[in-house]
Amino acid sequence: MRKEQEELLQEYEGQLPLSVLEEISSNIPSSITKTQLQKIIEKVKEAYQISKINPGECVGLVSAESIGEPGTQMTLNTFHFAGVSEMNVTTGLPRIIEIFDAQKSIKTPLMEIFLKPPHNQLEQIKKFAAMIKETQFGELVSEYALNIFDQKLKIVLNKVLCEEYSIDIKELAKLVRAKIKGFNVQGTDDTLEFISKGKPEEIKQLYDLKEKIRTIKVKGIKGIMQVLPVKRDEEYIVLTSGTNLKEILELPEVDTQRTISNDINEIHEVLGIEAARQAIIDEVYRVIEAQGLNIDIRHIMLVADVMCTNGEVKGVTRYGVVSEKASVLARASFETPVKHLINAALEGEIDYLTSVVENVMINQPVPLGTGLPGLIIKMK
Amino acid sequence: MEFQVYKKIKNITFGVFSPKEISDAAAAKVVTPELYDREGYPVDGGLMDLRLGVIDPGLRCKTCGQKLKECPGHFGYIELARPVIHIKFVRHIFDVLKSTCKSCGRVLIAEQNLKRHISLLNQIGKEEGFEARRRKVKEVIRKSKVKEKCPHCDTKQEKIKLEKPYNFYEEDVRLTPIEVRARLEKIPSEDLEVFGFTLDHFRPEWLVLTILQIPPVTMRPSITLESGERSEDDLTHKLGDIVRINQRLFENINAGAPEVIIEDLWDLLQYHITTFFDNEVPQLPPARHRGGQILKTLTNRISSKEGRIRHNLAGKRTDFSARTVISPDPLIQLNDVGVPFSMAMILTVPERVTEWNKEYLRKYVETGSKKYPGANYIIKPDGKRKTITDETKDEILQELDVGYIVERHLIDGDTALFNRQPSLHRMSMMCHKVKVLPGKTFRLNPAVCNPYNADFDGDEMNLHIPQTEEARAEAKILMLVETQLISPRYGLSVVGCIHDGITGNYLLTKELVLTREEAVDLLYTCGVDDLSHLPNKDKVDGKEVFSVLLPRDFSFTGKDKSGNEVRIVNGQLKSGLMDKANLGQESGLMLRNIYEKYGSAYAAELLGKISKLGIAVLSRRGFTMGIGDLDVGEEVTNHVHDLLQKAIEETEKLIADYYSGKLEPLPGRTIAETLELRILESLNRARNKSGDMAMKQVQESSALTMARSGARGNALQIAQMTAVVGQQALRGRRIDVGYRKRTLSYFKENDLSSPARGFIRSSFRSGLKPNEYFFGAMTGRDALMDTALRTPKSGYLYRRLSNAMQDLKVNYDNTVRDASGRIVQFLYGEDGLDVSKTKNGIIEVKKIIQEVLEQ
Repeated sequence: MRKEQEELLQEYEGQLPLSVLEEISSNIPSSITKTQLQKIIEKVKEAYQISKINPGECVGLVSAESIGEPGTQMTLNTFHFAGVSEMNVTTGLPRIIEIFDAQKSIKTPLMEIFLKPPHNQLEQIKKFAAMIKETQFGELVSEYALNIFDQKLKIVLNKVLCEEYSIDIKELAKLVRAKIKGFNVQGTDDTLEFISKGKPEEIKQLYDLKEKIRTIKVKGIKGIMQVLPVKRDEEYIVLTSGTNLKEILELPEVDTQRTISNDINEIHEVLGIEAARQAIIDEVYRVIEAQGLNIDIRHIMLVADVMCTNGEVKGVTRYGVVSEKASVLARASFETPVKHLINAALEGEIDYLTSVVENVMINQPVPLGTGLPGLIIKMK
Repeated sequence: MEFQVYKKIKNITFGVFSPKEISDAAAAKVVTPELYDREGYPVDGGLMDLRLGVIDPGLRCKTCGQKLKECPGHFGYIELARPVIHIKFVRHIFDVLKSTCKSCGRVLIAEQNLKRHISLLNQIGKEEGFEARRRKVKEVIRKSKVKEKCPHCDTKQEKIKLEKPYNFYEEDVRLTPIEVRARLEKIPSEDLEVFGFTLDHFRPEWLVLTILQIPPVTMRPSITLESGERSEDDLTHKLGDIVRINQRLFENINAGAPEVIIEDLWDLLQYHITTFFDNEVPQLPPARHRGGQILKTLTNRISSKEGRIRHNLAGKRTDFSARTVISPDPLIQLNDVGVPFSMAMILTVPERVTEWNKEYLRKYVETGSKKYPGANYIIKPDGKRKTITDETKDEILQELDVGYIVERHLIDGDTALFNRQPSLHRMSMMCHKVKVLPGKTFRLNPAVCNPYNADFDGDEMNLHIPQTEEARAEAKILMLVETQLISPRYGLSVVGCIHDGITGNYLLTKELVLTREEAVDLLYTCGVDDLSHLPNKDKVDGKEVFSVLLPRDFSFTGKDKSGNEVRIVNGQLKSGLMDKANLGQESGLMLRNIYEKYGSAYAAELLGKISKLGIAVLSRRGFTMGIGDLDVGEEVTNHVHDLLQKAIEETEKLIADYYSGKLEPLPGRTIAETLELRILESLNRARNKSGDMAMKQVQESSALTMARSGARGNALQIAQMTAVVGQQALRGRRIDVGYRKRTLSYFKENDLSSPARGFIRSSFRSGLKPNEYFFGAMTGRDALMDTALRTPKSGYLYRRLSNAMQDLKVNYDNTVRDASGRIVQFLYGEDGLDVSKTKNGIIEVKKIIQEVLEQ
């Protein structure tokens, strides 16, 4: 019986979208007869045909309205505390703006790292979390001593912390030596001394050195500023503040299929455009759900698709999506009109008046909806 | 019948005018800065020359012979004594100068590489736009210019600098516009391709002006003040300056004046022409009126929200529209809008006279324009318009015949578009049927408040009357209120019963038992005249009364707000209550099912009836709310008191733990943060519990009824009124110190206890203590600020989204494409479903399966 049903469902592939067929197959009881199934599918098909979108529908504007209208109801509060133990996350309107702008650096980069089964228990996860957290040299220092006469910088390390992070001081000295140029590095027990190789020039050089040393990565993965093991359902996961998707995914313990970052541009670089599109949809939808608003996913999909059609993530700004428009007048009606007109004049651009605003400007029907079909009537 | 030929604009080409084109297209050459002669008549060769168009009534244009409003205006020109650089093209000129040889004019790219670079640049230009291309050109030139020598003629190149805004220097020697122009002239047309300039009909030297186009007078009309004085437009002022200086420059050159004087005048001319184009050049002082007011010149006119493009081209003003205050009228239909008589007599609908409606239209004309329903104008077949007055009436009646158009007053049933700003979604502008009513406000059914987001605290709305048959048809079919019941945002109803409509039906179905007389009375008031479905009993149950409204063959199972089952079998409400979950907007599931089964018109009508029934019930039963409705029983009071006492004790213990260092920090938090979070959590828990207590109390009150039915208010608000207002949160945390280690001088320093950090123990009914009131004011103010900051932000986001996506549409092949035909989605939303035709975005597969299985 099952086979017969599957065959029947397969027949309708192409006539019904896959998601609908899937829903049918997952909801029918196994005792169903073929005729019943046939009837169900036919009925669903009828319902589908009725609910199908009409050609000419201005879906873009409807989506823009659907997202823009509840925008006024969203909170401006940047931070929210979902539960007690979670981290600060940008939510509400600022987050939506951040995503749609495709901003290169986001306010609260975040990762959810899932681990493969043996590692996703409490003990291992703590170890893993400690391992990936970025430790900078500055954190280990307990004292800086600047000696201006000798052009010397003496650093006393915090032994306790070093042990806690299981960092060998000799290793550390080696690491620092490799990163610093123009200085001799001498390391003893818990102090490091930096002596300028060249002639004593300015104090500034020493200060620069101090600043530079501070940010040297000693351990962990670059960009992971904070780690927090959290229980999710049956397993433990690591939440991080700061992202580095590329390096995290390379770690063997990580479940690469579920681990995500909330930085759209990073996802695009590491996983490609389709992943970025999905990330936009997920992130926006998450914010909207958290705000208790109801926006159909199709609208968000469309925005995400508009942002990603070119194969790169373009923001909904005058430099991004809007600059891609073919029509000069449409671009000019958005922002910086004079610039667009001047460039159009030099380029000798031709506006074929295929979109909405241009036709509004010159009082012609807009090629959407009822303005789309051309009717020719024979005069008798 | 006349046939009109509509011309359609196919495309618009942008380009740069050549000096020859400017002089050829000009109707007049301007030679004198004078505007009018002593009689006030425009001077020939002046800026207001009659050949440039007319702005005075009665005069005729000397170029086209048309009168005011007919003549579109004609361009003129002036010949400049010395060339001047066009400010808007300075950067482009600079690029070209830097990239070309000073002696041979060729691009500084070796011949063998030229082709390669051009194709590369063309690709960049195509993909990333003109600006990106410009940057790339600079880069290419910088790289290929290795030896600072021209690869074509080996001349050594010198460094050219641009001193903003418009002076060019070559190794500290100034290049005059004449020299600049000479260099641009040398560039061979083939090499222009590198820069991405259009190849046909463009020369770079045109960017240095030798001749200036004068805009027509119609573009810069003067205003006659009350005193009879003329006030000229800003552009005319600026042009006057230009012409004057130009004249002086000519004279000085001809008189052989010293070079210094000529240079000075030349600079001045450059300044005036620059500010004529753009009066906001950063390095230049803006040109001003005598009073010190900054002139608005060309660039200012185009850009910004008040500029030509966004204000006049993308947005237009309409005739046949009205605006006034709105007020509710639950007795009119959902599709109706009440229009005051005074408006109906001004707004008109054109109707063409035919054989069949001649008599009908005659009547309107006979009534005249002063009485309702009459007509204001007739339009003759030749397009002439005639006002209907007592004097002209007889004459008009005589000649009125087939082919005339009568502009009659608005009558009941006419189509109108009704709109409330901000028009954030398509339901902000819907089509209504006109209902002419006495009074001075627009009337609308309170159920449509939600899509408009309107209330009656002084809101105003706009009404537009479509003037053509096509427009009316589109409005009626696509925009009528009943067609917009389902939101395209989430696929659920946006219109539903509100307030009294819900409370009334809730009470009716919950507890009321009526006499037959009362029931009939109720039903009759809400427009039911077929009472055969009312059970023939002396006492009728409220559910039975409600069931009379439902269609006979309607069956439905669902849930009401409190989670009990609602069952309707064959048009009989068997169990459950009618509350927000079934009647309200967004949720309104029973109405949603009616809509699906019986269509939009039926659903709209039923909604109106149900609404009216609810209101009628309340007006007969009586429904009010006073302070007594906030009384709670002693038991509840005690319970809430205990709850809060416990919570406060808990916080005190937490604080004590904190000071003694016993508090365990939560992962990733400091101890102080942990304390805050724990306190917040425990206080909120206490308030929520007391809210539940208040809701569950036995004693009936109107406030509770409203909250329970979902008409207005929720558990939290009831709790705030009756039991405890609760913790005031500012930016997601308790109110923090802002006044020397304490929140208010009333408290001790560093007090962490709940009352000192914004916990309001009192309820709104008992009244707030002064310090509590202050905390309430703090959060209230914060909320106001939040809204004030959010509105422009979200408005801008919306504008950007709608601008970026407005030309996406579903094509006949079901793909979603933008205006240039680029595919954005192969199938809309991955399944091709229209959200507004689905139920919350899905087809109800489960329901269909169940239906089939049950058969």
